This record gives sequence, C-alpha cells and structure tokens, in this order.
Amino acid sequence: MSAITPATLHALEDAHEHADHDTGSNTVFGFWLYLMTDCLLFASFFATYAVLYMNTAGGVSGKDIFELGFVAVETAALLLSSITFGFAMIAANKQKKSQTLSWLAVTFAFGAVFIGMEMYEFHHLIVHGHGPQHSAFLTSFFSLVGLHGMHVTAGLIWMTVMMIEVTRRGLKPQTVTRLSCLSLFWHFLDIVWICVFTVVYLMGAM
Amino acid sequence: MSLFGKLSIEAIPYHEPIIMVTLAVVAVVGLIVAAMVTKHKKWGVLWHDWITSIDHKRLGVMYIILALIMLMRGFADAIMMRTQLAMATSGAAGYLPPEHYDQIFTAHGVIMIIFMAMPFMIGLMNIILPLQIGARDVAFPFLNNLSFWLTAGGAILINLSLAFGEFAKTGWVAYPPLSELSFSPGVGVDYYIWALQISGLGTLLTAVNFLVTVFKMRAPGMTLMKMPIFTWTCTWANILVAASFPILTAVLAMLTLDRYMDFHFFTNEAGGNAMMYINLFWAWGHPEVYILILPAFGIFSEIISTFTGKRLFGYKSMVYASGAISILGFIVWLHHFFTMGSSANVNAFFGVMTMVIAVPTGVKLFNWLFTMYRGRLRITVPVLWTLGFMVTFTVGGMTGVLLAIPGADYVLHNSLFLIAHFHNTIIGGAVFGYLAGFAYWFPKVMGYKLDERWGKASFWCWLVGFFVAFMPLYVLGFLGMTRRLNHTNTPEWNIWLYIACIGAFIIMFGIVFQVVQLVVSYKNREQLQDTTGDPWNGHTLEWSTDSPPQYYNFAKTPVVDDIDAWTEMKEQGQAYQKPAHYQPIHMPKNTPAGVLISASLTVFCFAMIWHIWWLAAVGFVSAIAVFIKRCYTSDVDYYVQVDEIEQIESAHLSRALQEG
Amino acid sequence: MNKRSVVNYAFASLGLMLTGCSGGILDPKGQIGMDEKSLIIIATVLMLLVVVPVIILTLYFAWKYRDGRDHEIYAPKWAHSNKIEAVVWTIPIVIIIVLGVITWRSTQSLDPYKPLEGKGEHLTVQVVSLNWKWLFIYPEQGIATVNELVFPANVPVEYKITSESTMNSFFIPQLGSQIYSMAGMETQLHLIANEPGTFKGFSANYSGAGFTGMKFDAIATKDKASFDNWVADVKANGEALTAGRYTKLAEPSEYHPVEYFGSVEQGLFHTIVMKYMQGHGEMSYYAKPEHAAHPHHGKAEE
Repeated sequence: MSAITPATLHALEDAHEHADHDTGSNTVFGFWLYLMTDCLLFASFFATYAVLYMNTAGGVSGKDIFELGFVAVETAALLLSSITFGFAMIAANKQKKSQTLSWLAVTFAFGAVFIGMEMYEFHHLIVHGHGPQHSAFLTSFFSLVGLHGMHVTAGLIWMTVMMIEVTRRGLKPQTVTRLSCLSLFWHFLDIVWICVFTVVYLMGAM
Repeated sequence: MSLFGKLSIEAIPYHEPIIMVTLAVVAVVGLIVAAMVTKHKKWGVLWHDWITSIDHKRLGVMYIILALIMLMRGFADAIMMRTQLAMATSGAAGYLPPEHYDQIFTAHGVIMIIFMAMPFMIGLMNIILPLQIGARDVAFPFLNNLSFWLTAGGAILINLSLAFGEFAKTGWVAYPPLSELSFSPGVGVDYYIWALQISGLGTLLTAVNFLVTVFKMRAPGMTLMKMPIFTWTCTWANILVAASFPILTAVLAMLTLDRYMDFHFFTNEAGGNAMMYINLFWAWGHPEVYILILPAFGIFSEIISTFTGKRLFGYKSMVYASGAISILGFIVWLHHFFTMGSSANVNAFFGVMTMVIAVPTGVKLFNWLFTMYRGRLRITVPVLWTLGFMVTFTVGGMTGVLLAIPGADYVLHNSLFLIAHFHNTIIGGAVFGYLAGFAYWFPKVMGYKLDERWGKASFWCWLVGFFVAFMPLYVLGFLGMTRRLNHTNTPEWNIWLYIACIGAFIIMFGIVFQVVQLVVSYKNREQLQDTTGDPWNGHTLEWSTDSPPQYYNFAKTPVVDDIDAWTEMKEQGQAYQKPAHYQPIHMPKNTPAGVLISASLTVFCFAMIWHIWWLAAVGFVSAIAVFIKRCYTSDVDYYVQVDEIEQIESAHLSRALQEG
Repeated sequence: MNKRSVVNYAFASLGLMLTGCSGGILDPKGQIGMDEKSLIIIATVLMLLVVVPVIILTLYFAWKYRDGRDHEIYAPKWAHSNKIEAVVWTIPIVIIIVLGVITWRSTQSLDPYKPLEGKGEHLTVQVVSLNWKWLFIYPEQGIATVNELVFPANVPVEYKITSESTMNSFFIPQLGSQIYSMAGMETQLHLIANEPGTFKGFSANYSGAGFTGMKFDAIATKDKASFDNWVADVKANGEALTAGRYTKLAEPSEYHPVEYFGSVEQGLFHTIVMKYMQGHGEMSYYAKPEHAAHPHHGKAEE
C-alpha cells in the first residue's frame, strides 16, 4: 500500500528523491485503529459470555470443567511468546536479520504450544459431552475462547509469511512496518487473553 | 450432502410470476448494457479505469452508482408494499401472499439502509473528503477499492436471493428466535447474515481508512478545528462506524453459529437469550442512524454556507454538537425496546438520554438558520433540498422525541407512527442530504452542472410525495395500526392507506425526474459545463481543483490557514496561481486485487448460504492467496512526471482564468 | 369511489381523528390509555412551541435573505455571536429539561409492571402467545380461551405474559400499554377498562407468516356479574385444556378460531415458562431487579 503523507511529500520536494517511501506511520496507525475495532468485537463476546455463563441448562458449569493448572501453563506460553516477540522487534529495529528470525521462531513455537493446548482442551471437553451445543454457557465459552484462538492461529499464519519475507527480502522499512503491526496484534491478543483468563477461567473456577 | 449443498433447481422460484418478470427485466437490461459496452469497445476502459481503479473519486462514483441502482430496487419494494396495503383493505388478500410480502419488507429495510444510504454516504465522502483536506488520495487506496467491492459483493448476494432461494422473512432486524433455524429453516436469513457481514467488513475498512486519512494526511496548516464541516461530520460518522460495526459483526457471527452449528446464543432452548441479540443489534443499530445522518448534516452545512455566500455560523458549536450526537448515540439503544419489560428507572434513563440528543440537533438547526441570516441565499436545487430538510426534519425530530417518552412509546411502539417517524428522519434527513450533496458536487465530479428545472421538479415531487406518503402513516399509528401487517380489515384505515399509496407514486415521479435530469444534463453538458472548477463560488478546497479534478487532485499541496481555505485563497489573490515549479507526483497503480478478493469472498458467502462446503473453502483460500500475493507485489506505484503535470495544470488554469 | 366522496371521506376521517372517536390510541377507554393520550398531547404541544417557530423562521429567513434583495444587510464574514449561541443552546435545553421531568415522572407512574392503585383487587390473566394465536388462561377461574379475552369493566387486570415460540407484543390500543411476550420469561402488564365494550387486541411485534391474523377481541363486560356468567358458561361448555391438548394447540395455525376451555391443567402456565427457563441455571443473576424482563423464578402460580 503506498500513499503520500504531507511529510513524505515535503521530503520528496526537498530532496528530489525517488526512493521508496515509508508510509509506515500511517500503516501502523491504521492497524492500531483496526485493533480497536477488534477489541470491540471481543467486548461483544465478553458481554455475551457475562450474560450467558449462568445458563448451563442443567449441565456443567465453569467450576466443573476448568482446570486452572492446565490453563496456567497455556497462559504462560502465550505471555512468554509476547516477550520473545519483543526481542524479535528489538533485533528487527537493529536490522539483525538472523536474530529476528530466531526470535520469531521461538515466538511461533510458544504460540503453537498455546494453540495446541487449547485444541486439546476443546477436544477433551467435546469428547466428554461438553461441546458448545449443550448449553448457552458452553456456547459462549467456546465462542469467546475460540475467537481468541482463531486470532492466534491467524497470527501464526501471518508470522510464517513474515518469516519467509524476512528470509527473502531482509529487513526493509516496509517489512519492519509489517512486523510492527504483527507485534501490535500479538501483544493485543496477549492482553485479550489475560482478560479471558481472568473473567472466564479464574472467576469461573472460583 | 450433495455436491451443491442445499442448492438445487427447485431453488429458482419459477412459480412466482413477479420475481420471474423482474429477473427477465434485469437480464434484458444487463444484456443491453453489456452489448453497449461491447459495441463501444469499452470493456478495457471499464476494467482498467474503473473496476480496478484505486482513485478515491472513481470509487466514489461507483459507490453512488451502486446506491442509485439499489435505490431503484428498494423503491420497487416500497411501491409493492404500498400497493399491496392499498389493495388488501377491508379483508381483501391483495396480490402479495405473506411468504412474498414478508421478504419484501425485510429486503426493503436492508437494501435502503445498508445498500442505498450507506454507499451513497460513503460515495460522497470518498469523492469529497480527500479533496477537502488537500490530500492526493486516501491513506490506503487499495483498501478503498477492496471496501467498495466488498459492499458490492453484499449487494450482489442480496439480489441473488431473488433468483436463488429466498430472502429473510424476519423484518430487517432479524430478531431471534424468529431468525433461528427452528422458525426460519430456509436460506433467507443466511442471505441476510452473509450480505450484511461482507458489506459490514467493507464499511469497517472504509472507516479505518478515512480516519487515518483525516488524522494523518491533512494539508499543512489545516488543524482539526480548521477542517471543513463535512469532513468533520464524516469523521464523527467514521468513529461511530469503527465503534459500532464490530458489534454487528459479533452479533451476526453468533446468529451464524446458532444456525450452522447448533449453538445456543439466542435460542429458546438450552439457556439461550434472545434479548442479548436485541441489545447488541441496537447497540450497532442506533449509532448506525447517526452514521447516516451526520454526513448529511455536514452536506447541509456546506450548502447553506456556500449558497448564502457566508461563513458557517457557529462552526465550533457544529463540531461539538456533532461530537455530542455521536457519543450520546451510543447510550440510547434501549429506546428501541422500552416494551421489553425493563424497570421504570432504566426506561426513564434511556428515554431522557434520547431526548438530550435533541439539544445538539436543535442547535444545528438554529446554526443553519443564522447562517442564512444576513446572507444572499441563491435558491438552487441543493438549497431547496436543504430547506426541505430543515422543515421536514424538524417534524421528524419532534415525533422522535415523542417516541423517546416511554409512556408514549408503550402505545406507539411498532406502530405505523414509528414507521412514519424514521422515514421522516431518514428520507427527510439523510436522503435529502445525499441528494443535495449529489446536486451540489455533481459538477465537481462530472464537469457539468445538473439541469435546474428537472432538479426542481424532482425535489418538489420528493417533498410533496414524502408528506403525502408518510403523514397518513402518523395518523394510522394513532389509529392503532401496527407495522408489518400483510392486509387489513379496518375500514377507517382505508382512506389513509390509499393516500399513502398515492404519496409513494408521487415520490416515484421524483425518482423518474431525477433520471430525466441526468439524461437532459448529459445532453446539454456543453452549455452546463463548469470550466472554472468552482461553479458555486465555494469555500473549501475541493473547489480549487479542476472539474473533474485532476487524477492526482493537487499539483502542489495547498497550505491552509482558514476554515474556508479556498475563499481565503480567492480573497488573497492566491487562487489560480501557477507555482514556480512542479515536482513529480508519486501515485499508486490500479490493481485487480480488490475485486478478486471480494469476488472470492462473495463466492465463499454464497457457498456458505447453500452449504456447499468445498466451494466455500475454495473461495476463502483464494481470497487469502490473492491478498498475500498483493502484499508481495512490488510494482504498485509510479511517478507522474513534471511535464505531464505542467500540461494538465496549464490547460486547467487557462480555462479557469478565461472564464473568471 | 368518485372524487368527491374521497374528499368527503378524508374530511370525515380527519374529523373523527381530531375528535378522537377513532378506535385508536387517541380514543382510549381505559385509565392507562387515557393517561398516555394526555402525555402525548402535552409533550406534542410543548415541542410545537419550538418546532413551529423554527419552521416559520426557516421559511422567513430563506425568503428575506434570498439573493437579489440588495437592500438587506449582507455580512459574509459574520459567523459567531456569543449571545445567539447562548440562546440557541438554552432554548432546546430548557424544553428538554421540562420534557425530561415529565418523562421521568410519567415513566414511573405508567410502569406496566405497577399494579393499579385504588382500583381494588386485580383479576389475573395469563397470556401465552403461540404461532399464531393468543391463549388466555384464567388461573382463578380455572378456564382458558383462545383469541378472545373477557374481563369486567372497571376491574384492573394483571396480565402475566409469556411466549411458546417467537417474540410477540401483547397490545390492546384502546386500553393502553403493550408488552413483549418472550419464551422462557414472564413479563407483566396492568390495564383497566373504564367502560364496557369490545376492543381490538393483536400482536404488535412481527412473528412470522401468520402474524397478521394474530388478533383477538378484548371484551369488557358491563359488570362483575356478567363476567361470572360468562365464566360459568365457559366452564359448562368448554373442553379441557390438558397438556396433550395444549401441544396440539401450540402447532402453528393461522386465523385460529375462538376456542373455550372449561378446565385447565394445573400449573400449565408455569410449565410453559419453565420449559425454556430450565436453561437459565441458578438465576440469581436475574433475581435482582424485581422486574427486569425476568424469567419466572421459583414462584409457581397455584
């Protein structure tokens, strides 16, 4: 996506340069705005969960099915992945390609562990007859947690694409901008997860 | 599960003569258009200059064309409903059985709001907003193209429901449990869900795009409080879109899960709660009406100030009033269901909050009045729409406040009084505004003015037609007639139903005259030509460009230090000045990625509607693939060279100065 | 119909409208409806105080300051005046404050959940919306009717409302307020008829194909005695509304004829509400506000 900001325009007029523009600040701001809208999407699912979590239709409630220890490990994996992404961004800003790639790989691994564990949890619940079709509580639980999981999965796919991009093209300004967006996305999902962990698991198990 | 899911040859409604005739007409018109394009060898132009265009002005034009086509479709629905109700009185059945009539009123609502009003508003914003802030394009031009095609994809889906299957029979709000699988087993609600979902995504991306544009790409010197008022109202609308459309996405996703995977968000069974849908729906739905009306307010402000030859009175008040409306718009949603049994305190709170919105709105009306005060008002077509709006909207606002009193709403809720009220504000407010903007900015976009006589004829038909069609509905509301009735058996109502039907036909003449106006204006485009780029002696930067504007908008980025930037330049003698030298301009290239992604997603949605899972997968994966490919295409921009700019600008300036 | 008769008819209807003899909400026959009518009139008059001057000013300014009247003062740069700004903010604020007070008070007094004070003992009617008809159960009398509601004039009636399927709205315009009927929940409404008569009742919330036919007559008998006679009549002649009969009744039907049931299975209404209520868990969540459209918790009827 290319566009002209007044700033780049002035740069252009002053320097007569025909180099690549970095419209990075627009992109990051735009992506941040998108994240705010995503936040409201999550808020809607949170609100629905808050309304429906009592409606167990005579079936299981959070207390019966949440295993805090398991979820704590899951949470730790995601939190660590946020830290390692931070290291990746430091490396990227210093133009250290191989370091960036390794930190991204570590981040990916933690993310994959998180998703793997979540899929295991879902699978476990479904085979024990606690699938989302059984009550409004389970419906809203699976949807909220699943929505987050889908975001993380999308983040992992995006991360794969970015790793290929960094490998092939190095750390050009455009690539760093994209990494910054992914980084925002990843940290955002971390924050959402903290809310999920608190509202769904901690408060549910208590 | 067969290869084509639920889709079979029986899905085509052969037995419905009305639908088959409609389809035949659409097919014939489509073939004629295609033949014309082929005859004039314009397929290449259509593809390279329009469909793949990322120029905000061309996208705006395409949005407005979409809106006008959908206006025809939505209005055809309206005429059918009004004639049905005029015929089906005193116990007669009329010509539309419930299963058809119920689809029509649902489609009418969805089409008019989502596929007529929204694209019209976004189209005007697309064309004008970047010009008003002195930008060469929006922040993300490719995204802009994608947004348009996503909206168009939604419109295509809703129209496909005519030929394949059915549309929702739930009313445009699609309240569960009626919209759940157990009560609406057909594909109608699925069409509704996916058409709204895909176009909603487009709208959301547009809002993000324009917010970045406004906050990051204003001309040097244009502080936020020096932005033109239309840009301001659009910005408030975009903030509302960004804050409310995710809620719609969420609530539709939940309904989708209920319908497709047997979840229990809103079902009667297993603890679902339909009230949650109703709350979330209106948490989007109420801001949505301000999304429609705020840009219209901006248009009226621009028009009144231009045609009185005066600055806008109380600019700051206007900006803050719009902001107040936006924020308050978020805390009034419950007034859509006072009758759901909330406690008196809750109802009273939401009622009072709703009334508070009348304050900033009233301030706006007074400010328009005082903009006229000591001015030189030229009574042109845009001004007529504005005056018509001020009179009509005041009535609509009053009935709105009345409905905001829970005690009154207990008897007026869901009655034709309500129908009259929201048509009063949406037609008398938003639609009049868009049509005013259409007439006002038409010369900017096309290079020639619209014919005044046909424009006035159209205005009077709309205005008179509106009152004849909707005042009877207020009366019918008082007489106790509820909405969405298929036929009536109360002789006292008949006369009002007849009058309302006549009103709808008067409005039809308004639309016909608008078409005539376009044809006549096109024929007389030589005489109506606008050579200066500033046919109305405008105040804001869009009038400093040629008509139609150069594709790069501004050869040199203007420097601004007044709200009425262009007026100031004219007064200071800086207008139409040739700069010492030009610089090459960096421009994005057109791309087919937007239309391809949208086509893939439209296929995905269609496949989801009919449960053709393999096709859905193909559509989804192909959309992602095209997007990734687009991200790694490096050939996305180019430079306009100085000699080309020189040539274009000289031609424009000599034409403009000759005239001036 | 020829032109003149259309015109006559229009005038006649307008006349009817204005005098209020129209059978709609401006022709109320019950206390709630009467209060709501005067609320509408007061609010409208108050708003007209601003609306009429604004409309007149709009047209007057447009005429007075139109182009070509060069003797009028022209002030192209005049765009701000603290005095005018103060006035244009104050006028709507004052009107809205007045209306706000009226709104707050009227919402409390017209609360549909509030029993009618000083009108004596309420008669209870349980209302169930079915696709697409209305079932009225009289728990105290032990009878039930379909698409016909009978109660004595001048006796307040407490309606307990629920739905078997989709959402509807229980509405008798001439008596006043309406309230939604929703499955798994019980909503309430209190109305009274000030005089005997037959009033139109219907569903005011679209609920599917048979919605248009979801009408009933609300009959206010002239006194308690004639109501009792009617009850006795239904008891003597109506069939029994058993669970099985109810299931049959609940099947979708359009333009359902009036039916009478001389006896009703114990706790039928409770069973209907509870059928979809079970899902709602412990319900302490709903228990708080005494009448948020709450599901029916624990409090059985009989």
